[in-house]
Amino acid sequence: MSSSQTSSRLDYPRFTKEMRLTHKILIPQMLPIHFSLIEKVLLQEGYDVEVLSNDGPEVVQTGLKYVHNDTCYPALLVIGQMISALDSGKYDLDHTALMITQTGGGCRASNYIHLLRKALKKAGYGQVPVVSLNFSGLERDSGFQLSLPLIQKVLGAVFYGDMLMLLANQTRPYEDRAGDADRLIHYWVSMLGEQFATGHGCSKREMARNFDAIAKTFSDLHVTRTPKVKVGIVGEIYIKYSPLGNNQLEQFLAGEGCEVNVPGLLGFILYCVVNGPETIDLYGGSKAAKSIYRLVFNYFEKRERMMIEAISKYPGLTPPVLFSSTMKCSEGIIGRGAKMGEGWLLTAEMMELEQHGVDNIICAQPFGCLPNHICGKGMMNKIRSVYPEANIVAIDYDPSATRVNQENRIKLMLSVARERLEANPPANPKSKTVPVPAEDRYAAFAAAAAQA
Amino acid sequence: MKIGLDIGSTTIKCVVLGDEGEIVYQSYERHYSHIVGKAAEVLRRIEQEVTGRHAVLAISGSAGMGLADACKLPFVQEVFATRVATQRLAPETDVVIELGGEDAKILFLTGGMDVRMNGSCAGGTGAFIDQMATLLKMAPEEMNEAALHSEKLYTIASRCGVFAKSDVQPLLNQGARKEDVAASIFAAVVNQTIGGLAQGRPIEGNVMYLGGPITFLSKLKESFDSALGVNGILPENSLYYVALGAAYYSDEAFDLEDVIHSLEDYSVTADYATSEPLFSSEEEYAAFAARHARATVPRAALEAARGPVHIGIDAGSTTVKAAVIDDEGRLLYTSYQPNSGNPVPLIRTVLTELYEKKPDLQIASATATGYGEEMIRNAFSLDYGVVETVAHFTAAKHFMPDVDFVIDIGGQDMKCFKVEGGAISDIYLNEACSSGCGSFLQTFANALGYEVPEFAKLGLFADRPADLGSRCTVFMNSSVKQAQKDGASIENISAGLSISVVKNALYKVIRASSPEELGRRIVVQGGTFYNEAVLRAFEKEMGVEVIRPDIAGLMGAFGAALYGRERAGKGAVSRILDAQALQNFTHEVKAITCNGCGNHCQLTVNLFDGGRRFISGNRCEKPLAGGKGTDELNMFEFKRHLLEQYQPIPGPRGKLGLPMGLNMYELLPFWHTFFTHLGFEVVTSGVSSRALYLSGQGSIPSDTVCFPAKLLHGHIERLCKIEGLQAIFYPCMSYNLDEGMGDNHYNCPVVAYYPEVIAANCRCLAGKTFIYDYVGLHRPRDFMARMPVILGKYFDGISAGEVRRAAKAAYAEQEAHMHRIREEGARVIAAAKEADRPIIVVSGRPYHLDPEINHGIDKLICSHGAALVSEDSIAYLAGRQKVAVLNQWTYHSRLYAAAAYVAEHPEMNLVQLVSFGCGVDAITTDEVKAILQEKGRIYTQIKIDEITNLGAVNIRLRSLLAAIGR
Repeated sequence: MSSSQTSSRLDYPRFTKEMRLTHKILIPQMLPIHFSLIEKVLLQEGYDVEVLSNDGPEVVQTGLKYVHNDTCYPALLVIGQMISALDSGKYDLDHTALMITQTGGGCRASNYIHLLRKALKKAGYGQVPVVSLNFSGLERDSGFQLSLPLIQKVLGAVFYGDMLMLLANQTRPYEDRAGDADRLIHYWVSMLGEQFATGHGCSKREMARNFDAIAKTFSDLHVTRTPKVKVGIVGEIYIKYSPLGNNQLEQFLAGEGCEVNVPGLLGFILYCVVNGPETIDLYGGSKAAKSIYRLVFNYFEKRERMMIEAISKYPGLTPPVLFSSTMKCSEGIIGRGAKMGEGWLLTAEMMELEQHGVDNIICAQPFGCLPNHICGKGMMNKIRSVYPEANIVAIDYDPSATRVNQENRIKLMLSVARERLEANPPANPKSKTVPVPAEDRYAAFAAAAAQA
Repeated sequence: MKIGLDIGSTTIKCVVLGDEGEIVYQSYERHYSHIVGKAAEVLRRIEQEVTGRHAVLAISGSAGMGLADACKLPFVQEVFATRVATQRLAPETDVVIELGGEDAKILFLTGGMDVRMNGSCAGGTGAFIDQMATLLKMAPEEMNEAALHSEKLYTIASRCGVFAKSDVQPLLNQGARKEDVAASIFAAVVNQTIGGLAQGRPIEGNVMYLGGPITFLSKLKESFDSALGVNGILPENSLYYVALGAAYYSDEAFDLEDVIHSLEDYSVTADYATSEPLFSSEEEYAAFAARHARATVPRAALEAARGPVHIGIDAGSTTVKAAVIDDEGRLLYTSYQPNSGNPVPLIRTVLTELYEKKPDLQIASATATGYGEEMIRNAFSLDYGVVETVAHFTAAKHFMPDVDFVIDIGGQDMKCFKVEGGAISDIYLNEACSSGCGSFLQTFANALGYEVPEFAKLGLFADRPADLGSRCTVFMNSSVKQAQKDGASIENISAGLSISVVKNALYKVIRASSPEELGRRIVVQGGTFYNEAVLRAFEKEMGVEVIRPDIAGLMGAFGAALYGRERAGKGAVSRILDAQALQNFTHEVKAITCNGCGNHCQLTVNLFDGGRRFISGNRCEKPLAGGKGTDELNMFEFKRHLLEQYQPIPGPRGKLGLPMGLNMYELLPFWHTFFTHLGFEVVTSGVSSRALYLSGQGSIPSDTVCFPAKLLHGHIERLCKIEGLQAIFYPCMSYNLDEGMGDNHYNCPVVAYYPEVIAANCRCLAGKTFIYDYVGLHRPRDFMARMPVILGKYFDGISAGEVRRAAKAAYAEQEAHMHRIREEGARVIAAAKEADRPIIVVSGRPYHLDPEINHGIDKLICSHGAALVSEDSIAYLAGRQKVAVLNQWTYHSRLYAAAAYVAEHPEMNLVQLVSFGCGVDAITTDEVKAILQEKGRIYTQIKIDEITNLGAVNIRLRSLLAAIGR
């Protein structure tokens, strides 16, 4: 039988230890703030990395060309972005590698890396090695292995990314001077980058200090808090976050005068962590493994509490909730055994938004996303039975789904939201009416950023 | 005065309100996608005739959004506008159903307001009705008139226009009455609206209908009324509710002159995604035209023909073609006619004309091919029938004996095949969802007010072809609208559509990324390639010069004639009806329902003079005279029979229900044994049927989930109707049993968690015990430890010991069940070898056994004399495979193993069944194909959905059998 026979079809170049010194690693874009921080962490670790920024129609076209067209849209975009970067001629193809994440769950997303390798062969880039970034022990033969200190730093970047994203979203729609929140993000990304470069910024103490400083600077921004429609964005992880995937959804909502509320990346990481012990509880498994998960979870929770504490100190800012309370939100709606794709987390995030008065939700997913049939669209009736006011719209993204169609459906959701807002304006919008700040308020930040 | 302007996808509606809120002006017209120009025109007219320069204004409608944004005009979302208008004009309304050109909406106004709008995939709307009317060669109003005289309804896919088209076309070709088809189309629209939008919420109380289609088509309203069991209201001004809502909502006054100017300015910004022009210069075009003018077939005059001739008839989906050749292959006569539904009279006319022109014609052979092959063959007593892929290949070889690749884009089908060693080695047919073919261009040309040739010419010298993507027609509609709105000219749209057709063929159907994959020697054919823009786009996209025969559109008929010439011996005389017989020709069509088995197929019986007849619509051979069962080598039949053995055995604990869907098709032996041992009487929801599906359709929350999952809602409905059921058991299972064939043993997300969806959406479960806990069979000891806890939540007094004993018996039974399947596999393979019958390994999922899911494909395969083996009966023979993907789902690991086994066994061939919407199969299909192709074997994929056009499936199967020389 041929079962033991290998063939060139199954071969792919490994990313060897030596390549850490010789190869540039390209990373597809997903969350601009987080990824630019992670990029800086990896640079400091000695990896020559670059987060890709190419977009536009050729990304989709390239994806369509090299990926099975019925595969989920995120795979198509991510692979399209990477191959189109290789096509650009900007990189030395014999000294370039690609990095992609792998969750290792029952969703087809775990297969992206294989689809990427197939696509590379098809495109004539068979020599380009692919690095898997995963926490599930897949691809053990790779020369890229996450060491504990590196994991700690990457997680630090995720915490900072979540915090900056959260606070900017809370501030941007109300800022007295357009662009203030984004200038602050820019400042902090360079500032943290500097810390990372010297091996700092990710210890518990440093994080506490930075959290506080970040919260303070955002709290200092001058804002006028008029009542605005609040819209939560949940869904498939890539489509939810990536402007390339969701047709600049956040920008569109900003243009419509909304305050956007996007749950952070940390939630997804903790969801993956929690699924470990949950699986053991449901189907059996080692007790020792369970206690390791517990340790990891506690590590996160300590830092979560630090962030919440920091944000709570400053008026005008709303801290995120602990993941352990997000978890509780889906109870009675969907079982925690639903762990493929975004799984129960998606349902929990919708419930959490509703619980905190964000009635208006966009559930963004790739067309035909399997887990979302269950945890997104499948749960909406049940969510509405708990929160009749829930104003949820599911939007499918796909290479040819037109923006006009998507925006029209979102506008319908917004019309209902605005009508409700006008009928019941919030009692006391938190507002700080300090005079408009002088131009030079940011001079120090700008200078620091320029220097970095 | 207040102006409300509703710019929809096909029409522009305008209302002007006087100071008392009374309507002083209204207009309704089609805009033919000249959105900006038309809007300006309407406003200018109003300014001059009604309002004067200053008025309050708001815009609404799906096509009005971008325009309003760009021109800084207030926009009211159209569903919202409808609600504003309804609350003002008919506040007692409970539910509004509004159909527009491209959108369908339901508004629930009372008891918790909720608005539903079709997703971007659902096209059962006005544009869909227009498409269907085009197909019937009727105006929508005529279609309505016809539908009033219907006698029976056919099942037509209601999901999207393209699907429905592939149902309607065969019905027409098989001779179904247009009256019945028209009524069936309306029923499909109703079905889609209710099933797709209501999502479980009942539509009751005062129902109001709005929008163009329901206003103009009385039968459509009637269909809604009868499906909902209500007498809905079609209010006065039902076309203008959106415009009225916009007008009521408007509060900002404008100088209309300014508005018109800004509209005019907007139209000149041509900002849209583009592709390269097709030709950079006239010279380039001239060289191109000259090159293609050389691929010609020799001709001779029919009147001068000496000796025997061969007739080929290609009854295609949208055209009927005929070719007559002499013994030297010279073309004597051709005919190319649009197929207005029924090809029989057309062919009768063609033959009559032929006999008149040349009364002493010596016909040696007559061969039919195409969709209508069987019917034409029976109607006119032709000698041979040939599957269309083979006909086209035969013709292509005539032009290029060493051809590597043939691509044929016809009216509705796309057929591509790779040729190696003089035989077809790989076949690609378009799936029902991506029919970006000739009729697609035609629909758009007509919608934009052009004929196809004229429309195609426009695109040749377009300077900036619009980039429209490469998906199905419904998506394309919106892309075209978007491009137009962004200022793309008709020329650039035309070129863009041609490029889309090519991209669709290359990337969706063939899945090629470079010319090397196709080979360098390519023949392109099919009527669509007469379109020079498409031809050029193909050459440009692949960077290769191809041959397009001058008879590109006749290649099927030409190939059929060549095929007949090969078959007919010296001195052969055709049996075809002669001139005399043609005069006495009669044709009568009857629609009946077959009662031969539970499928209850809707048959169309064509009766011809002299007792010749042709029956279509059947899924098996039973209704055909002399048809004999071939079930003894059909493993699907065997497996269904195995499952039927698990009958209820009365027990002290009462009845427990299991839904027969998804993984239950494999795990029934386990759960039946387990619960029977615990003292339950285990009843199942039994065999699926169309009626069962429809009964559960209303509670499906996601209209893009796979059909096997959707079907479960019906099974739950049925279980809920069983008296005295203690509980329904349908567990969530992240993991499947570990067969040791992959890196993991997951279920796919849908199989794993569909019980959650059932629990959250099926209202019939209210008050019932539905057990959907998370259960893992992959760790028997843990299963035995956990199950008493789970069951303890619902039942008293089930001890751990009882559970352990029941579980042991259940594991043993499951093992025995799989063993029986493997044994039967071995038996069928041996018997087939003995009888020298081809062996087809049908690879899919356990639930593909369900006849409602596979639509009788197993019987169809066996009717061709093949033996059918299922993948689970041979996968263990090959064992765990090293594959280029993450091999982590139990069912899918079997696919790779079965493929590896087939690859090594030339007497077997693999057919993979893929449920439409199965995301996991986007991964498995490529891998299974690669495993087979590595060993030079043919891969055949069949996509199945709620409704599957068996005609297309048959073409695939026959092509496969032809390719392996059977």
